[in-house]
Amino acid sequence: MATKQGRTLPEKVWDAHVVRHGDGAEPDLLYIDLHLVHEVTSPQAFDGLRLDGRPVRRPDLTIATEDHNVPTVDIELPIADPVSRTQVDTLRRNCEEFGVRLHPMGDAEQGIVHVVGPQLGLTQPGMTVVCGDSHTSTHGAFGALAFGIGTSEVEHVLATQTLPLRPFKTMAINVDGELRPGVTAKDIILAVIAKIGTGGGQGYVLEYRGTAIESLSMEARMTICNMSIEAGARAGMVAPDDVTFDYLASRPHAPSGADWDTAVAEWRALRTDSGASFDAEVHIDASSLTPFVTWGTNPGQGLPLAESVPDPEAIADEGARFAAEKALSYMDLQPGTPLREIAVDTVFLGSCTNGRIEDLRAAAGVLRGHQVADGVRMLVVPGSMRVRQAAEAEGLHQVFQEAGAEWRQAGCSMCLGMNPDQLAPGERSASTSNRNFEGRQGKGGRTHLVSPLVAAATAVRGKLSSPEDLLAGAESQLAGASAGVEDAD
Amino acid sequence: MDTDQIIPAVYLKRVSRTGFEDGLFAAWRADEHFVLNQKPYAAGSVLVAGQDFGTGSSREHAVWALMNYGFRVVISPRFADIFRGNAGKQGLLAAECTQSDVEQLWKILENEPGTEVSVDLEEKVVRAKDFQAPFGIDDYTRWRLLEGLDDIALTLRYATDIDTFESGRPVWKPKTTPIAGG
Repeated sequence: MATKQGRTLPEKVWDAHVVRHGDGAEPDLLYIDLHLVHEVTSPQAFDGLRLDGRPVRRPDLTIATEDHNVPTVDIELPIADPVSRTQVDTLRRNCEEFGVRLHPMGDAEQGIVHVVGPQLGLTQPGMTVVCGDSHTSTHGAFGALAFGIGTSEVEHVLATQTLPLRPFKTMAINVDGELRPGVTAKDIILAVIAKIGTGGGQGYVLEYRGTAIESLSMEARMTICNMSIEAGARAGMVAPDDVTFDYLASRPHAPSGADWDTAVAEWRALRTDSGASFDAEVHIDASSLTPFVTWGTNPGQGLPLAESVPDPEAIADEGARFAAEKALSYMDLQPGTPLREIAVDTVFLGSCTNGRIEDLRAAAGVLRGHQVADGVRMLVVPGSMRVRQAAEAEGLHQVFQEAGAEWRQAGCSMCLGMNPDQLAPGERSASTSNRNFEGRQGKGGRTHLVSPLVAAATAVRGKLSSPEDLLAGAESQLAGASAGVEDAD
Repeated sequence: MDTDQIIPAVYLKRVSRTGFEDGLFAAWRADEHFVLNQKPYAAGSVLVAGQDFGTGSSREHAVWALMNYGFRVVISPRFADIFRGNAGKQGLLAAECTQSDVEQLWKILENEPGTEVSVDLEEKVVRAKDFQAPFGIDDYTRWRLLEGLDDIALTLRYATDIDTFESGRPVWKPKTTPIAGG
């Protein structure tokens, strides 16, 4: 460590937050700048504080929102499921008792915790951000060190505003080259996970770098960082730049006046030094990527849409072969079936991965002038009430409704089906969310992870599709189109 | 083994730390052939699992569900980071053995269901009959588990360091306090 020529971005943010060095045996004690709270992983933590008579040390660095359990229809009514209602009510009581700011169901700032933090400008470069939710990695898009924690750690942060932690290793994910039209951040991250595997990032912080990453919007960067955890990495980061600063400039909680200039000057230094080295490096050629979808039951089991369901027999590694066999059995798929021939019952557009305004715009752009296929239901669930409001101001809700999709209120919804938005057993979805685990969207449900563009095109055709499949005459070309198959990297 | 398999989201709605055993491996336990529905295995307190145990969600409910059911130890060749951390906080021992040692244990348990597996945290060794294998665990976690220490109390020994750090934070760092008109 000591001989390194310079430091990486993750190391800089880490170093700036060490309250106390652990001297080997003990971990470092790290200061936490922002703690996001929701109803599922916090009740036992607040209970612990109460039992020990401890206050929340910094309510002014803590913010809560209701997202996992909330229904996305009839939100003016009490939550019908009594257990969900109790969990939400418990959060309200806890926030009141401990003085934590809460955005409850129906509030203008309510939404998925990882959509709310950035849109308020609370997530800023160089910060440490935690939440009792593994997709906290989302906030790394700002050059923050952001990671999910368990409920015991939630209690620890509430009580001390710190966490004892051992330094992460660092991995550079270099994505260079220009993306082809129709290829998005979601396709990049699905390709990254397919390449390094769902355990490949364990113990690492990923830093996404390269010209393809630099050219992405903040929302696209959030999509990528969001799914770092699906590669096993607790955190993913992108160095802040002018795109970051422009996004932040008008946000309610961004620094203002002279503070803004001071902050930006500091943020500009948050880059990996040229002489610094990573513990591991991965390279992806962005120009070779095409729309990517998953076929299995973990986010690493993905392929370009132009390919076919893989044959487990052809997989050399025994563990991977067994996993593929098991996945295909659960997914009810036959090896060799073109992915474009897989028919879905449901399309879900939303989640902390792809529930932001750009995602809705992209999907609406595809849907405009088309109809959702017969027998397919499409749910559009904005990531926050602000996103919903912005979409309505642009008339996107009309595009969705005219196409036959359902326009819902904000929340986590069918990403994990803690509310009534679930797949029925055996139902198949194309989903813009982040996990295709068995039963994730409802017991017995089958999930294909896709980008918003693929989700919208799939809704129209009723089978996994990209927007180009909707062009006039595309259907006849598809019939004989196994020729255009692309390699994964 | 992702945390959605250990405990599906619909079972996460309790506000206590108890009662989560009903959700443990809920989908798989519906299958009568599932290992935990077989006589000697159902009463197990040591779970010998495959690679990448506890991937996915940060839900500590996965640890509570395992402990509420009666498990004290999970053995796996590789644990997801957040799961391992959660286990350590709650006193569920996450013992990392090599893939081949895990396979040996499976063989022993299949050949002779009900074989006692003992896990020695002091020595960092797993034993089953005359087989024994070392396991990996972070020394700090091991110490905390052996001593039964409370993490928050340990950190609060450094309250002065936290105060000092806080007083040096830039004033422009964001606060969540509502902003008028914002």
